[in-house]
Amino acid sequence: MKHTISVLLQNKPGVLSRVTGLFSGRGFNIESLSVAPTLEADVSCLTLVTVGDDAIVEQITKQLHKLIDVIKVTDISEFEYVEREMALIRVKAEPSTRAEILRICDIFRGKVVDVSAKSYALEVTGTCDKVQAMIDILRPIGIQEIIRTGTIAMTRASKKY
Amino acid sequence: MKITGAQALLKCLEEQKVHTIFGFPGGAVIDLYDEILAAEKLTHVLVRHEQAAVHAADAYARVTGDVGVALVTSGPGATNTVTGIASAYADSIPIVVFTGQVPTGLIGNDAFQEVDIVGITRPCTKHNYLVKDVNDLVPTIREAFHIARTGRPGPVLVDLPKDVMASKILFPEPQQVKMRTYRPTYEPHPGQIEKACRAILKARRPVIYAGGGVILSNAHEELTELARTADIPVTMTLMGLGGFPGTDSLSMGMLGMHGTYYANMAVANCDLLIAVGSRFDDRVTGRVDAFAPHAKIIHIDIDPTSISKNVKVHIPIVADCKHALTAMNTWFARSGEFNGKAEKENHALWLQQIKEWKAAHPLGYVEKTDVIKPQFVVQKLHELTGGNAIITTEVGQNQMWAAQFYHFNHPRAFMTSGGLGVMGYGFPAAIGAQMAAPDRVVIDIAGDGSIQMNIQEMATAMQYKLPVKIAILNNNFLGMVRQWQELFYDKKYSATILDVAPDFVALARAYGAVGLRATKPSEVEPVIKEALATKNLVVMDFVIEREEGVYPMVPAGKATTEMLLV
Repeated sequence: MKHTISVLLQNKPGVLSRVTGLFSGRGFNIESLSVAPTLEADVSCLTLVTVGDDAIVEQITKQLHKLIDVIKVTDISEFEYVEREMALIRVKAEPSTRAEILRICDIFRGKVVDVSAKSYALEVTGTCDKVQAMIDILRPIGIQEIIRTGTIAMTRASKKY
Repeated sequence: MKITGAQALLKCLEEQKVHTIFGFPGGAVIDLYDEILAAEKLTHVLVRHEQAAVHAADAYARVTGDVGVALVTSGPGATNTVTGIASAYADSIPIVVFTGQVPTGLIGNDAFQEVDIVGITRPCTKHNYLVKDVNDLVPTIREAFHIARTGRPGPVLVDLPKDVMASKILFPEPQQVKMRTYRPTYEPHPGQIEKACRAILKARRPVIYAGGGVILSNAHEELTELARTADIPVTMTLMGLGGFPGTDSLSMGMLGMHGTYYANMAVANCDLLIAVGSRFDDRVTGRVDAFAPHAKIIHIDIDPTSISKNVKVHIPIVADCKHALTAMNTWFARSGEFNGKAEKENHALWLQQIKEWKAAHPLGYVEKTDVIKPQFVVQKLHELTGGNAIITTEVGQNQMWAAQFYHFNHPRAFMTSGGLGVMGYGFPAAIGAQMAAPDRVVIDIAGDGSIQMNIQEMATAMQYKLPVKIAILNNNFLGMVRQWQELFYDKKYSATILDVAPDFVALARAYGAVGLRATKPSEVEPVIKEALATKNLVVMDFVIEREEGVYPMVPAGKATTEMLLV
């Protein structure tokens, strides 16, 4: 099962490599990972998506917590939460497909962020599934390049842990 | 008054009550060594290879119960420590390793003797640091010692660039270390303690399975009290030996791959397994689904990641073993449950069953009058030292025979590289142990293969006049691998025959030590007696039965009840 894990960590050199080294060394999966600073200057929040059964995810959270620089580990999937991912997608745009691409972009509430004679670059934000759905629909038209941020997530205020 | 980083480091060592360090100098730590010469309260032991410095610090920590310290230079000095650090990590031994580093301005430039040792040791240290600013030096060292000795202990590495050692600072006032992100749980949850105690009351066939955590938390007395109060038989892991008296009638010795028949049978048939400071290692469990299949499992461990990692646990107790066992003993004392005879009688049948298993397949070997049996040597060592020696081992058959036949009655008397299994651990460990306990008899039980992995340390033992005894069980084989080849690879002895070997007696003499040899069983006792009477490094070369095996043996991947017996 897919789990979204949120990790608060001290913003120090090498911390990210402690986290990724833990995953590679113990054979855990990382589907996506994103890190950025929080309100506190010396604390970063890392959101990672991993796949595993309950025993593996329990080990993952315990092992993360064991790292000295880790402040807090939350398996966000256990709560009500919102998740978002952003993708930049460059699609081949020919006169015959331009209108279709813009329609699809509109349906997914995306934005055109770059235009050239032969392509559009689209920006889309949403859950991982939504981003994937847009990619799947654009694929037959001809996707040239995709950049995805990986999922970030936040628990809902009403179900604050 | 401002002092240099090097001087501050030495002040920190004093503050941490470190009296002995093991090390080897080099360009990057030359400023430190310049100060060490003047440090009157500090003994520096010059090893002959950096790996040995770490093993010696490891054993020093095991004997004293405090943090062991090693100091090496950058680059190759640092990389040579990796095996020692990984071994200490696997066995949860508190050490701090200081490595030199090139000046901060050169880091990342592929400078001479530069290596990213913090990167290299990240997965095999409890934590590590690169000190880039001299103002961080003292707080970092205090944190390093705090992390090494608290919680589940382990190695911490501190990387020290050369310019940081030469920069000047005001030495900060001593302060208690407080860390936002690191607060180990020592006290057990009272609810879990009660659950565990009630499970013990209900059990008819309980077994205590004690590991290294009992030794590390100094919980041997509390463990003994619990076992005797409730009449529970005890089996120990390799790391747990000495945590419960090996000659006690409730002791079943070691369990697992080379454990006793009765310990493995007891675990396979128990209805309650009380794991104390042990981690369900594969060498203990064998095939996991066949390990204690009928048992409810209580697991006491200070490290939450150990719990339910390999085997699902029913009553987890995250706590220091000593605290948890004390709480359980108190619970029993208060409830008065074991005052009556009823529960004890419930266990009487079970103890009788174990006695029968023991009688059917005791720990033993086929005795011979013309060839020395390795087990006989270990038995004689036990007898002639009154069981009071500190024993270190290398890794392989020598290690298992030592574990099986030297019945440890006291904690902190058995040093072995249990988790990582490092050949070459035993001799430097014996040096570290002898430094920590100058008045004790320290014996390294070795094989002819593994002793050669750190044999250069004879010079160290001679330099510091350490009367360590080395007992080589010499079969001209890499014996444990040979045994596997004999049993599972059609006796094809690939790369395990050591035809070319040094004359160990002559080698000892070359270093100025004493060399003794025994080739017949009748010579074993006189050789050991002479060695024990000699106040010098002694190498005893016991020429043993060449193809002797370690039994019982559970083949890898089999259930622990599927033992090959003598």
